[in-house]
Formats: sequence, structure tokens, C-alpha cells
Amino acid sequence: MSEHEATRRSPLHDEHVALGAALTDFAGWQMPLRYGSDVAEHTAVRTAAGLFDLSHMGELWVTGPGAGDALDRALVGNLTALAPGRARYTMICAPDGGVLDDLVVYRLADDDAGARYLVVANASNVAVVRAALAERFAGRDDVTLADRSFETALVAVQGPRAEEIVVGLVDDASEADAVRALKYYASVPARVVGIDALVARTGYTGEDGFELFVPAEQAPTLWRAILAAGTPLGLVPAGLSARDSLRLEAGMPLYGNELDTTTTPHDAGLGRVVKLDKVDAEGAPLPFVGREPLAARAASAPARTLVGLQGLSRRAARHGYPVVTGSGAVVGTVTSGAPSPTLGHPVAMAYVTPEVSAEGTDLAVDVRGRHEPVRVVPLPFYRRER
Amino acid sequence: MTDLPADLKYTLEHEWLTDGSPATVGITSVAAEALGDIVYLELPAVGETVDAGTVIGEIESTKSVSELFSPVSGTVVEVNTAAVDDPSVVNGDPFGAGWLLKVDVTDVGPLLTAEEYAAHAAG
Repeated sequence: MSEHEATRRSPLHDEHVALGAALTDFAGWQMPLRYGSDVAEHTAVRTAAGLFDLSHMGELWVTGPGAGDALDRALVGNLTALAPGRARYTMICAPDGGVLDDLVVYRLADDDAGARYLVVANASNVAVVRAALAERFAGRDDVTLADRSFETALVAVQGPRAEEIVVGLVDDASEADAVRALKYYASVPARVVGIDALVARTGYTGEDGFELFVPAEQAPTLWRAILAAGTPLGLVPAGLSARDSLRLEAGMPLYGNELDTTTTPHDAGLGRVVKLDKVDAEGAPLPFVGREPLAARAASAPARTLVGLQGLSRRAARHGYPVVTGSGAVVGTVTSGAPSPTLGHPVAMAYVTPEVSAEGTDLAVDVRGRHEPVRVVPLPFYRRER
Repeated sequence: MTDLPADLKYTLEHEWLTDGSPATVGITSVAAEALGDIVYLELPAVGETVDAGTVIGEIESTKSVSELFSPVSGTVVEVNTAAVDDPSVVNGDPFGAGWLLKVDVTDVGPLLTAEEYAAHAAG
């Protein structure tokens, strides 16, 4: 089978084509890269709202009376401590502590069969995460794993006008109030333009916003309703290009760039997601995959650390470019970089040695043979006003 | 794809140029669309000599960066400073206001007609 035939289409593919999107192959999916101007899409999310198709993301359901305990042993986070209706950013690590994927886990209201968790994985890692969870759940009859990635569509509405747009499309007044009252990293089921949706206040842009999980076949109806309601308020459809520049400004890691199997959560400055204090029902330390190496990593001085770099010239550092000192010594590698549409100068994230990681340190990046000056700055580059 | 002006010549590297000398050089609508929003142009200085087929500049968008190849040999006699100041004109009007430089031509590299270039860009 050729690569083209293997490429999966989003349930919203026809909408993207009708909108004139430039499509790109991303993790085995054909997804919109941009609809028109990617900078205009980026700016719309910062100032009004953007509508994203994220149907390529993986949706793995973990349910049953033992679901929380099974996830506590499989992931680095503490999921039994997660209250129904709330969500957590967490990771799944290999036995050596390397990151297999970063995840958002939503806990829904329990049902008669026990607890219900929705694990959202990156498209490129769904198969790895599914296989790792299946292996880690093996032998348990108190937890069920179901991959509903292909039957689930995910659309995100992100930006300062997102609440107004999404709340206005909720059918029932009390559910609309519940959506409006949602805290960051919380979710609630609601009927939206006649569609049973899970509405979550999560995102990957640094703005307020919502993500809506809906049955794939109903995604076009939802998409068109959001466009119709949002367009007068400045909402535009936004592609993966804007998604990447938005998350970079917000200092959020991208698997494959800042995170991979050779990286621990601590390397990426995300050691806080590793809950070494997890305990079992008897109060004994809970064994979870990667625990020993991650405990050792947490207690030792890091060999490298993730920093933000502000470009002081106009040429942007890009993924893979070497970070150098004034004398030309290589002290790190850029993981992500681009001209920041919001800030007007290049920004980058990079792994560097600890000696050069202090805020204000002047370094350079080898941009195709020329050293461009950069300065270590705190992450994120952009933080919205609240 | 935007219509390709039939009176221009094209290169495999997605540049266009006018006949004669000095020749006006730019990038095609195909290249501009593939790059996305262009935010930075690095062009040679006026008076610099350029060789056909060599890298003479960079075109940077939010998403990627692309090298600019000279379709001709000769001396740069003018650069589009308006496009350097506001590279969005290259996206908006790649065959017009978004031209990049003018070169006093001494030699010409391999060129394509609009029809040949369209076939190349489609393939």
C-alpha cells in the first residue's frame, strides 16, 4: 500500500476542501495546514477566535472499577486523585523514564461499571500508547481499554471569544451555564446543536478555549454551526501551522520536538507531572512504569535543560539547529523555533547545558552557517492577560 | 494555482524572471503559497554579482525557510526594499509588487516556459 492510500482523512475533510485549505500529511492523516494566511489565523486566535480540526488526535477510553489504579501504575500522574469532571496534563513513560507520549486525561462522571477516563494521545503515538496501556493492564479484569480514535472527532474553539461562541451553541440553558462555568482543565457533557458532545475547557494555544469531542459522523454539522456563529465575532478556521506557532509562543512542548523517548519529563522542565508520592491502598509507594529512573533523575543535577530563546536578529532558529556560545562552542540544540507573529521577533525552545541556562545569558544559534544572537528568556514567551 | 503570466520565464526552483536585461526576478505564486506567510527576506545588495543556479538569499515564513536561487548571472542593480520592509507583498502579489530584485544579465541559467513550469509544479 502506498503512503498516499494509507493517509487517513478527517471526518471534516470535505469542509476543509470547501474552505480551500492547504492540506498536509501529519502523522498518517491528511489535515489542514492553513486555510489562507497562517499569520492571520494565529492573530485571530489571539484576538478573537480560531476553529481547529483535531480529529487526528487519539481517544482511548479507560473504564471500570480499577481504571484509576491501572492508570496510576501505567502513567506518571496521579489519576485516582483526579475528581470526576476534571482533567490533567500527564505523560506515559518507558521503563527507562523516556517519554512515550504526553497526554491529557479527562475523568468523566463514574457510571455503574466504575470510573471513566478519556486518555487523549498525540496522533503519531496512538498505537504506541494503546499497546503500552494494553500491556500494562494485562491480567486485570477490573479495567477495559477501548480505542475510539476513528469514531471520535475533536474540534477546538480557541481565543477570547471562544466562550461566547461555544456557550451560545449549547441547546439547554442549564447546560449552557455549566459550560460557561467550566474551569480550566475541566469538562462536562452537553448537547451542542443537537449533538451529544463532551465539552472541555482545554487547549494548546495559550488562550482560553474549548475542545469538543463528538461522534465523527456529526462533526460537519458542529463545524458549520461554529463557523456560522463565530464568523461574525471574528472566528476563522485555523490550521496546523497556526497551532504550532501558537503553542510555541505559549511555551508548550510538542512531542517529537521537545519530547521523545530519549527525554524525561524533568529534562523538559515538566518534572512536576511525575508524582513520586503516589501510594497504593495500604499507603506504600505505588510502583509505576519508569518510577525508579525518574526518581533518580529527580534527585540528580540535570545534564541539560529546556530554555526559551529570544532571537535578537531577524533570522529564526529552527528545529535541530545548534546553540553555540560566543566562542563557538556547541552548548545545545534547538527543538522548536519560528518568527513569533505576536511578538514580532524570532522565538525558540532549546535544550542547553545548565551552565548557560540562566535567564539573560547571551548565546547564538547557528542558522545555516551564520551565528544569530539569542538571549535566554523565561517560558512562556506569551501569556494572555486575564 | 494562480494563473502563471505567459510572458515570464520560470525555473525549477520556483523563481520567475522577465526577458531581457535588466531582468526582474521574483518567486512564483506556487512557491509563495507553499511557504505560507513570508515574514523575512534576505536579498543580495545592489552592486553584488550573482551566478545562475547559486543561492543568493533566503525567504522565511512562520513555518519554513527556503533558499532563493539566482536564475541568471550578472550584477544586482535594484532590490525591492518595499518587499524587504513588508514581505507580505510577496504573498499578495508575487508576480507584481512582490518582485525581489533586478539583475543586469550577463548569462542565463536553464529556464522554463509558463507551460513547462506549470507541468513541473503540478508534478
